[in-house]
Amino acid sequence: MIAYIIQRAFQALAVMIVVSLVSFMLFNFVGDPVDNMVGQEATYEERVAMRDNLGLNDPFLVQFARFVGNAVKGEFGISYRIQRPVADLIAERMPATLELVIASAFLSVLLGIPMGVYTGIRPNSWLSRSILVGSLVGVTLPTFVIGILLIYIFSVGLGVLPSFGRGEAVQLGWWSTGFLTVTGWKAIIMPSVTLALFQMTIILRLVRSEMLEVMRTDYIKFARARGLPNQIINFGHAFKNTLVPVITIVGLNLGSLIAFSIITETVFQWPGMGFLFIQAVGFADIPVMAAYLVMVAVVFVSINLFVDILYFVVDPRLRADKTVAAGN
Amino acid sequence: MIENQSSLAKINDLAFRIVDSDLFYSFSRNPIVVVSAVITFVFIIAATFAPWLAPHNPFDPASLDLMEASTPPVWLEDGMSKFMLGTDDQGRDILSTIMFGSRVSLIVGFSAVLFSVFVGVGSGLLAGYLGGWLDTVIMRLADVQLAIPAILIALMINGVVAILLPPQLQHEMAIYVLILAIGVSDWPRYARVTRGSVLVERNKEYVAAAQVIGVHPLFIMLRHVLPNIMGPVLVMATIGLALAIITEATLSFLGVGVPPTTPSLGTMIRVGNNYLFSGEWWITFFPCTALVTLVLAVNLMGDWLRDALNPKLR
Repeated sequence: MIAYIIQRAFQALAVMIVVSLVSFMLFNFVGDPVDNMVGQEATYEERVAMRDNLGLNDPFLVQFARFVGNAVKGEFGISYRIQRPVADLIAERMPATLELVIASAFLSVLLGIPMGVYTGIRPNSWLSRSILVGSLVGVTLPTFVIGILLIYIFSVGLGVLPSFGRGEAVQLGWWSTGFLTVTGWKAIIMPSVTLALFQMTIILRLVRSEMLEVMRTDYIKFARARGLPNQIINFGHAFKNTLVPVITIVGLNLGSLIAFSIITETVFQWPGMGFLFIQAVGFADIPVMAAYLVMVAVVFVSINLFVDILYFVVDPRLRADKTVAAGN
Repeated sequence: MIENQSSLAKINDLAFRIVDSDLFYSFSRNPIVVVSAVITFVFIIAATFAPWLAPHNPFDPASLDLMEASTPPVWLEDGMSKFMLGTDDQGRDILSTIMFGSRVSLIVGFSAVLFSVFVGVGSGLLAGYLGGWLDTVIMRLADVQLAIPAILIALMINGVVAILLPPQLQHEMAIYVLILAIGVSDWPRYARVTRGSVLVERNKEYVAAAQVIGVHPLFIMLRHVLPNIMGPVLVMATIGLALAIITEATLSFLGVGVPPTTPSLGTMIRVGNNYLFSGEWWITFFPCTALVTLVLAVNLMGDWLRDALNPKLR
C-alpha cells in the first residue's frame, strides 16, 4: 500500500512540476514583465536596475527555483491590472468559488446517486425513462445556456431570484460566507444548479450502468434466493459494489467543477476566482493567470491523490491482494 | 467510353456496398438518427452556402439600419416580414447571423477535431506500436494534460497566444488560435484510446506476418494497424465534434474566442444576454436553440455510432 501511495505521490509531484514550469514560463516570457511594471517614462537605466532587482538576469534554473519557492509561500507577484498582490486577490475570492463548488457537488451527488440507483433497479419504468431523456438534456445543454435559461425564467420572468452577485456575505475571519444570510442562500441557488446539472447527469448515468451490471451478477441472484429483503439487496449488496467508480468520478469532477465555475461565475457575475481569471485573460494579466493555473493544478492533484488513497478504504480487494503479496 | 463505364460501375458498386452494409441497415432502422443526420446536414448546407442562402448579409454595414434594430420575430407585434426571427441590437437579421455563425462554429469544430485526431492518433500509434521511452514520454505528457480540465487548457492557450500575437493580427488570426486551443486541449483522449487499441492489434498475426516479410514499421502502422482501430476513433471524433462546438461557443461567450465582428453562435448569445432584461429575448434565444439543436443531433449520431460499431451489441 505504501509503495502504491508513494508512486502516486511521485506522479502528482511530476504534474505539479510541469504545471509550475508552464506557469513560470508564462510569467517570464509572455510579454516583458519589466514593461508591465514600470511606467512608459522609465529610463533605460531604471529598466536595467529593475531587471537586476527582479533577478531576471539570473540563470533559468535559479529563476525557476525562486518562482517555485515563492509559489509555495503563496506569492505570485503583483497583478498588472489591479496593482495588488495576486495572493490577496485570490484569497478574497476563493471562499465564493469554494462555496459554489461545494454546494454544486452536494447537489449533484444527492440527486444523481438516488436517481441512478432507481433507474438501475427499475430500468423499464416510465419514471426511469423520463429521467434518462431528461439527462440527455443535461449532457447537451452547455453550461452557459442553462444559466441564461434559469436567469430568464427565475429573474426576468418570475423575479424571485437575483441574477448576479452572491447576496450579503458575512465575514468569518478571512473567510466570507454567503450561507448565513437569506440573500446569500437565494443567490447561490441558480449558480449551483447550473454548475451541478452536468455533473449530476454524469453521476446518474454512471451509477445506472454500474447498477445494471451488478444486478446481473450471481451473488445478487443468490441473495434473492436466500430471500433477503429488496432493501438490503439493492443498497447493502448492489450499490456498495458500484462505489469505486462512483467515487473516482465524483472526486475527479470536483476539479472540473472548479474549472467550469469559470463559466457559471461569468454568467452570474459571481465574485469568485473564475470571474477573476476571465477578467485576467481579457486584460493579459499574466500573474493572475499563472497563479490560477497553479491553484487549480494543486486542487486537482490533491483530489486525485486523495481518491487513490480512498480506494483502499472502499475496496477490500486491493487490500487483500497486497496482504497476500506481502505474506508471500 | 469504356473507362467512363467502368468508373460509373465503380460508383454503382460503391453505392450498392454502402446501401447493403450493416451500418446503413442499422442507420435506416433508427428514425432518431436519421432525423439527427438530416438536421446536421441542413446545418452544414446552410452554413456552407450562407453567403448565397441567407436573406441578408450581416457583414455588410451598408445594409444595416439602426432604425430596424431589435425588431421582434415576424409572428410578434412590430415584427417585419423581411426579418423572420427578428434583428439584434445593430439591426442584423438573426436568421442570417445564425447561418453565418454556424459557419464559424462548424469550421472551428471540424478543424479542431481534425487537429486533435491527427495529433492524438499519431502519437497514440507511435506510443503503442514502438513502445519504449517514446511510449513513456507521450503517455506521461497525456497524463499531465488530463490532470487539468480541457476547457481551462483551451482558455489558457487562447489567452496566451492572443497576447503573443501582434495586435493588428489578433482579429484575423482569432479563428486559427481558437482551433489550435481547442485542438490541443483534446488530443490526450485520442492518444489514450488509440494506444490501447494498438496494443491489442500489435500482437495479432497479421502484424507479425507483415513484420516477417519486412514491411516498414511506418507502413504497418498506417496501412495495417490504423484501419483496424478507426472504429473507436470515429466514435470519439463524433462526440468530440459536439464537444468542440460547445467549447467554441463557450469561449466566444466568455469573450475570449472570436472577435465580435465575426459572429459565431457563442458571441451572438453573449450579445443577446445583455438584452435579456429589456425583454428582447429573441436575440439570445434563437442562437441558443440553434446551438443546442446542432449539438444534440451530433451527440445522438455519436451515441448511435458507438452502438452500431460495437461488435458486442450486434
